[in-house]
Amino acid sequence: MAYIYKRSEGLRDIPMHYCPGCHHGIVHKLVAEVLEEMDLLDEVIGVCPVGCAVFAGDYFNCDFQEAAHGRAPAVATGIKRTHPNQPVFTYQGDGDLASIGAGEIVHAAMRGEKFTTVFINNGIYGMTGGQMAPTTLIGMKASTCQDGRSAEQAGMPMRMSEMLATLDGCVYAERVCVIDIPNLNKAKRAIKKAFEYQMAGKGFTFIEVLSTCPTNWGMTPLKANQFLKEKMAAYYQLGVVKDTAQEVK
Amino acid sequence: MAKELWKGNEVIAEAAIRAGCDCYFGYPITPQSEVPEYMSVHMPKHGRIFVQAESEVAAINMVYGAAACGLRAMTTSSSPGISLMQEGISYIAGSRLPAVIVNCMRGGPGLGTIQPSQADYYQSTRGGGHGDYRTIVLAPSNIQELADFVQEAFDIADYYRNPVMIAVDGMIGQILEPIEWRPVKRRELPPKDWATTGKRGRKTPNLVTSLFMDPEDCDRMNQLMGENLKRIEENETRYEAIGCDDAEIILVAYGTPARIIISVLDELRTQGIKAGLFRPISLWPFPEKPLHDYVAKDNVKLVLDVEMSLGQMIDDVRLAIKGKKPVHFYGRAGGIVPTVEEIIEAAKKALKEAK
Repeated sequence: MAYIYKRSEGLRDIPMHYCPGCHHGIVHKLVAEVLEEMDLLDEVIGVCPVGCAVFAGDYFNCDFQEAAHGRAPAVATGIKRTHPNQPVFTYQGDGDLASIGAGEIVHAAMRGEKFTTVFINNGIYGMTGGQMAPTTLIGMKASTCQDGRSAEQAGMPMRMSEMLATLDGCVYAERVCVIDIPNLNKAKRAIKKAFEYQMAGKGFTFIEVLSTCPTNWGMTPLKANQFLKEKMAAYYQLGVVKDTAQEVK
Repeated sequence: MAKELWKGNEVIAEAAIRAGCDCYFGYPITPQSEVPEYMSVHMPKHGRIFVQAESEVAAINMVYGAAACGLRAMTTSSSPGISLMQEGISYIAGSRLPAVIVNCMRGGPGLGTIQPSQADYYQSTRGGGHGDYRTIVLAPSNIQELADFVQEAFDIADYYRNPVMIAVDGMIGQILEPIEWRPVKRRELPPKDWATTGKRGRKTPNLVTSLFMDPEDCDRMNQLMGENLKRIEENETRYEAIGCDDAEIILVAYGTPARIIISVLDELRTQGIKAGLFRPISLWPFPEKPLHDYVAKDNVKLVLDVEMSLGQMIDDVRLAIKGKKPVHFYGRAGGIVPTVEEIIEAAKKALKEAK
């Protein structure tokens, strides 16, 4: 009997804790498939964040380290510098990466650390129950901005891909989403490209995945996908933000 | 072997290289910046890794990443920087990782001063970050000990899978002394089969984490760590006692004050006062029983605790002595090193009060 579809070798047979409609599981799958297709599962070392993906290390079928909140890029620096020939990646949410860990991600990108960061941007703190993130859209409600985020009080949402793309060490930044099959395929291609650039020693690579949080957004998964498409993607433009890797020798 | 003249901070760096330190991550801060400077030149020469981190927070997390891969990783800093590292040290302890951290202490609190101090006794010996862990803390009082202890620290950390801190005051970082690069005690080390090196050759992946969502699991981890800490307390206590056997007054001090007290002892004894020095070398585990046993003897009237702080180690001294003898204190804070004369005066005053 031939398999038409099966779980990637990159994931372990463990039930995930993610809420219904959450995109983490899909993105885990894409990363796992890329690592499997590139035959990197025996070599790769991942770093998981603090936030909803804190258990990622339990789900992936590869070596993993759990970092302190926001510090994954520093942890990954310690790994990659001492293991320059092995693939290394961080998997971080927006509270972890854009807020408490903003310093670490900026400097890892500045140094051109040759690892890949998969950044899940769902505009909210999921694990702690739906507080405002630096990426929360203006007007979007969260438990610490219950009338919706105001620019006056909390500033404008942060575009991490564009910000990191200003740094020469960052050779590739692309913003993707996984709300439908065409986008999902694009996301997988982007993740694969990032790992290919990494293995070729090009520099720092960054994939931002716009994601939903139906639980804390207070929406059905379908409504949440719709919101992502209409509102989030309007502010956070999908597509390649930077790709200078081809020029990097 | 011939003696060579070395500066404290450069000894820290060179000793680490000699001990097989694979990677060093640091951030500049006075009075220890010679360490990252030396490392930036010499680590690459040995094919090892040097990274200047963007902050102490990043530096200690780079240490975490490399240590979790089974490598000998190190960072150094001074008091305000160590405060910033405490989060990372807690994660290192919680993930049962070996690492070596050197604190070249300066005066605090806040920005304080760049002058030498011992005001980090609490944050060194009480864990420092959140959680029930302890770091093994060694306090050399001369450059030879510094060379020996830094080399030994990597083995101790690997042996116990626990962070080791070398605590010196800025004076020891900055002075030059003749030293000998002599062999230190080596241990038979357990394999690092927990390290994340890529799962090739293993059936299951390795996960380095300090997260245990089930409180039963977290308790189990803590109990295991506690048993390890007990083992450390039983086996790694170090101290030096000079003239304590017949002393009427025992001065307790570590680091720079301890070496000043050696001159104090001579002077007091020529004046007919029998004084001894008890010097904890391991600040944690604190040499509680040996101190207690010396102080409990009939010849001892009192104890004078001398620190370059407002008095932090004095808590451990009191706990060790269990109220058997009065404990007096003399300390200078804010970067001032007490003089021989000041300590003699404090000792005489304490003896007078005891009469």
